[in-house]
Amino acid sequence: MDKRFRAHCMAKILIDDDEIDVPGEYTLLQACEAAGREIPRFCYHERLSIAGNCRMCLVEVKGSPKPVASCAQQVKDQRPGPNGEPPAVVTRSALVKKARAGVMEFLLINHPLDCPICDQGGECDLQDQAMAYGRGGSRFDENKRAVADKNMGPLVKTAMTRCIQCTRCVRFAQEIAGVPEIGAISRGEDMEITTYLEATLGSELSANVIDLCPVGALTSKPYAFNARPWELSKTETVDVMDAVGSNIRLDSRGPEVLRALPRLNEGINEEWISDKTRYAVDGLRRQRLDQPYVRENGALRPATWDEALSRAASALSGAPARIAALAGDLACAESMKAALDLLRALGVANMDCRQDGAALDGRGQRQGWLFNTSIAGIEQADAILLIGTNPRFEAPLINARIRKTWRAHATAIGMIGEQVDLTYPYAYLGAGPRTLQDVAQGEQGFAQILKNAKRPMLILGMGALARPDGHAILRLAGRIAAACGLVRPTENWNGFNVLHSAAARVGGMDLGFVPGEGAMGTKAILEAAGSGGLDALLLLGADEVAIQKSRAVTIYLGSHGERGAAQADIILPGAAYSEKNAIWVNTEGRVQYGQRAVPPKGQAREDWAILRALSARLNKPLPYDDLFALRKAMIQDHPSFGAVDYAPGANDAAQFRPAELGKEGPLDEALFRSPISNFYFTNAIARLSETMAACSAAADAARAQSAKGAKHG
Amino acid sequence: MSTRRLHHDQPQSFAFNAASMETVRFWLAKYPADRQRSAVIPLLWLVQKQEGWVSEPAIRLLAQMLDMPLVRVLEVATFYTMFHLHPVGRHHLQVCGTTPCMLRGSEALKDVCARRVGAKHTPTADGLLSWEEVECLGACVNAPVVAIDDYYHEDLTPETLEARIDLLQRGEKIAAGSAIGRSASAPEGGSSVLTDPSLYDGSLAAPMALPNRPIPAPAAG
Repeated sequence: MDKRFRAHCMAKILIDDDEIDVPGEYTLLQACEAAGREIPRFCYHERLSIAGNCRMCLVEVKGSPKPVASCAQQVKDQRPGPNGEPPAVVTRSALVKKARAGVMEFLLINHPLDCPICDQGGECDLQDQAMAYGRGGSRFDENKRAVADKNMGPLVKTAMTRCIQCTRCVRFAQEIAGVPEIGAISRGEDMEITTYLEATLGSELSANVIDLCPVGALTSKPYAFNARPWELSKTETVDVMDAVGSNIRLDSRGPEVLRALPRLNEGINEEWISDKTRYAVDGLRRQRLDQPYVRENGALRPATWDEALSRAASALSGAPARIAALAGDLACAESMKAALDLLRALGVANMDCRQDGAALDGRGQRQGWLFNTSIAGIEQADAILLIGTNPRFEAPLINARIRKTWRAHATAIGMIGEQVDLTYPYAYLGAGPRTLQDVAQGEQGFAQILKNAKRPMLILGMGALARPDGHAILRLAGRIAAACGLVRPTENWNGFNVLHSAAARVGGMDLGFVPGEGAMGTKAILEAAGSGGLDALLLLGADEVAIQKSRAVTIYLGSHGERGAAQADIILPGAAYSEKNAIWVNTEGRVQYGQRAVPPKGQAREDWAILRALSARLNKPLPYDDLFALRKAMIQDHPSFGAVDYAPGANDAAQFRPAELGKEGPLDEALFRSPISNFYFTNAIARLSETMAACSAAADAARAQSAKGAKHG
Repeated sequence: MSTRRLHHDQPQSFAFNAASMETVRFWLAKYPADRQRSAVIPLLWLVQKQEGWVSEPAIRLLAQMLDMPLVRVLEVATFYTMFHLHPVGRHHLQVCGTTPCMLRGSEALKDVCARRVGAKHTPTADGLLSWEEVECLGACVNAPVVAIDDYYHEDLTPETLEARIDLLQRGEKIAAGSAIGRSASAPEGGSSVLTDPSLYDGSLAAPMALPNRPIPAPAAG
């Protein structure tokens, strides 16, 4: 029987004379925590395998002559008392106190006392636990050992003398990230943590080792010597670098965001975030649009809000059929809602939130554009078909979830698309639509695996949808979902998933920011703009579209002076994701509230407020004057926005008809290609980030190196 | 034990020769396809038997052969002091410096090595000899001990060690074992107890009657 469905066998245990019932496979440490005891630890981590090498979690077990490492023993293995009493653990005895103080003293023997110049200071487990459990001083007066610092790439700064060899980073790289590149070489006093020949870590999740490191051995390189934790304002918000919507905390000082850290959300990112989420924040202070601009004689010049708004208003007061709008990948739901209402008031139907031209309708069944299994639901799956997606680049945390599932249950995974290293093995079925067709017709072996699975799922990426035959691909995928029984409402399972790569996409689809009947979509809008078929084009932070010499008046509303702003005639400076209270909907359809960490730059304003002001200039004032009224209107028009932090999952699966998705049509011969060729450069903020540029260069160098090695080998 | 790191000067490449390759195949055949990495220690040892030491290209090759992360091979190679991470001479002397050998005169042996071979971990100019100090070789009863290549040379004095180095330099064979001719760890000068040969010819054994000895089955008629 699958161990996921096996019942827990409970066991009784005495913790300091309190009797509690815990699952037998709990470790003593977990049992102590269940009883409300705090057990200090360095090497133990809930999401990593157990190493048992720091010895900080020592407790006394009745009947054992020595204190035992509580992280490494299970409750069910303990011996009962002489008269059949439950096994007894003591966490508060003099012996335990002495044991902890002794371990602490040993750990500090070779740890430098450089806390004043250490970036971990103030948020250091070793510092805290030395205060709580350590002795006042050390009896060691020999020389301390010193270890040469190691290179681990542009993100992880090392000070290896501080390392206490807990091996959390080694285990993280091996188990969670799936890039076993960190190791502990040599032994005894000479043991050192390093990558092979000090190579850069080849993972999109590499910087999580900084959070895992309980001391200051691995710290953040871009953030080095920037601030102390107690001087930072902490804002809990959500990430927009991909469509996962990782929960993050932005730490800011004054007007500047200094770093992003993960926030625990079991449903989404657990406690990890991708390197892009963590380090693209330095893009928030480069090439910012801090005042309005207008183009005059071919060059942009600073302007007042009044001038820019009136120019924009006059551009937008032309014939509605010759006006269009595009929303970018980072747009928040409020800005799209305000833009949508304004455009509708003007009678404009040419609008699109799909810069890549993904073939999702935005009408009809909402499940058709959601990740219905939910991210946490991946762990239930026993067969996964990936279609035209490279989740490692498009959503590193979803990839980590798939890897977690594969590690625990050897899940069958099939791939149609590019043959890339996903950090777990998969059956490579083919590269293009032809293979998908074979699966749909049941001719491919993997169709049988999906059919026989208890919890089958497919993940449809933008590499399969953002192409001319996207509708036909969507129909094929829907047919597979129907034929292989991927949707099982009675079992509360919906295995049909669309993996978006843009944070704004699901919000835009939910709002209906898509072309009206017979109106122009992204491709047509861009062609019309180039050929003179448009008078005005409103870009809502759309930086990923290429307009060939737009002849329309282009209005760019956004935060960064990047591709979109470069081709604009009027620039309205908006707020970046860290500078506004706003809603994003992740690929699961989970509505999440972002919070403002810092104010917008200079004269920039929140996007919805700019659109509200523009609407007044056009004499079509939007019916809301503040954010709450806007959100109220949004929830009224689109009830899905009312459920915060709720992923619908399979709850509406009974009404879902996957076979009706998309349209029948001819298939292209072109192979599926992931929309992301460079993980570090997917949006304006990341492209402007110096850290992301360094990461990209390091990744290129590593690729070149391994290509060279392969040639020699 | 000194800090064990890869040598600063590495060869361009490494490949097993035909003879080693045969043994490599023997080891690889012992482990299932998805557990090939179990062969890492024997293979590292084969690298060392062939080249005298373990080089970085060899680690790279093993990682590839055994489908193992590079750093895992490096971990093993740096963990075991048995693997030399630096070039050695054709004959490598490992002088035991742990307490029993030290008490029996290993300091003097180290002086001999320093004088005749040179600095530790540095082969002689002709590439013939190199030496290092190692931890306990586990032959304390015959201390002091020097392992020359694969064999132990026991009960050494500076003179007997020098004689062996002389032989090596002349390209002659050296006899392994005790320099004072004792058998294994038997007492010096032969046994002084239990010397009566009748102890060993069975003549002292009285016939025994086993009360519960099974009665032999009658021979089949």
